[in-house]
Amino acid sequence: MIVATTVMAGLGLLAGLGLSLAARFFAVEVDPRQEKILDVLPGANCGGCGYAGCNDFAAAVARGDAAPDGCPVGGAETAAAVAEIMGLVIEEKERQVALVLCQGTRENAPTKFQYNGMASCASAALLAGGDKLCRYGCLGLADCQDACAFQAIEITAGGIARVIPERCTACGKCVEACPKDLIKLVPESAPIHVLCSSRDKGPVARKACKVACIGCKKCEKFVGDDSMKVEDWLARVDYDNPPRDPAVAGECPTHAIVELHMDAKQPVH
Amino acid sequence: MELILIFVSAIFVSNFVLHKFLGICPFLGVSKKLSTALGMTGAVIFVMTLASVVSWLVYHYLLVPYGLEYLRTLAFILIIASMVQLVELALQKVSPALYSALGIFLPLITTNCAVLGVAILNIQKEYDLLETTVYGFAGALGFGLAILLFSGIREVLDLADTPRAFKGTAIALVTAGILSLAFMGFAGIV
Repeated sequence: MIVATTVMAGLGLLAGLGLSLAARFFAVEVDPRQEKILDVLPGANCGGCGYAGCNDFAAAVARGDAAPDGCPVGGAETAAAVAEIMGLVIEEKERQVALVLCQGTRENAPTKFQYNGMASCASAALLAGGDKLCRYGCLGLADCQDACAFQAIEITAGGIARVIPERCTACGKCVEACPKDLIKLVPESAPIHVLCSSRDKGPVARKACKVACIGCKKCEKFVGDDSMKVEDWLARVDYDNPPRDPAVAGECPTHAIVELHMDAKQPVH
Repeated sequence: MELILIFVSAIFVSNFVLHKFLGICPFLGVSKKLSTALGMTGAVIFVMTLASVVSWLVYHYLLVPYGLEYLRTLAFILIIASMVQLVELALQKVSPALYSALGIFLPLITTNCAVLGVAILNIQKEYDLLETTVYGFAGALGFGLAILLFSGIREVLDLADTPRAFKGTAIALVTAGILSLAFMGFAGIV
């Protein structure tokens, strides 16, 4: 009995002492600024900054590897707080939101076959570019929805993805997840968007989708400057200098160009 | 020859997860993605081999001489838990890269039943030190095989059209059962 107690107690004591010594000997020095930065970060661990979670980002900022405004979720407030801890100055950047450049709902865009495989866009896209007749279109199997940590993207009743601008933090996970590269990060104040990504020639695109861009260049001629350009049978907005006149949406014969106010409370969609 | 038999048997015939049903917690918990399963496998190999050896040494050089064999469960838990903590501390300092790869899994498997199980089985089977090491290592490899197979299946299973009542853990458990049945095919080889 006594031997048993002594041995166990001895083992326990040895283990305790060993661990406390090890904790001192193997202590890793953590920059105190890293702790402070971690406190002001949102804590979503979404990876939108490009690092493996908030702790990793805080460590990178403290090291000097990352810029203080690298957290897209925290926005300007967090960037300012982090910059203050590090003693740096940051410049104001406009808020961005994700946008799905496709309007090919079940009504607008017919399918070319019935897909019965795994319920994943990445998987469906491997089969002849997916089941939509338009091989650039949104497949609606929710890879982007699964990737979003903020429930900011949903699959509509029409079967395509749609971003909810109020919830979007522009972390970029949906952009990565989409196998068709349909999602873009755009400045929230830009009012005019081309919701189509089809590079098919006019008649082919039109057959594949009722609201496709046919590359007719009416929009390009209407704006007159470089804010809207048709390249490769697709009209593209230059988001560094976007068109501001909403009338260009009326010029589009297929209604591929849409006016959206993502910085307002109620988006016009 | 004996060592090879122990090695093969621990991985296929008498798989720790699928035959002995030890280590189910990390098996179900960390098998949602293949990449995390890989990290967990690394950590388990590390801990199980080390725990195997250390607990054998403690048993034969401390408990047996004092006639305290009945204290083995208590002693093993104490030693394994402290040792894994120690290893985690050392790893964080010595190799930050390895720590970021499998460091977070170490506290999860400290007193996992698979780890304690292998320590006790070594005593029950009366293995010597070399056999103990091989058994611990092979057992962990078997765990790795099971969890990697399972997570590969689960990634695809998540995308399948399962009935609502079965979605998630329910269908995962059914699949684990079928996987276990499949491994019964190895019975009798060794």
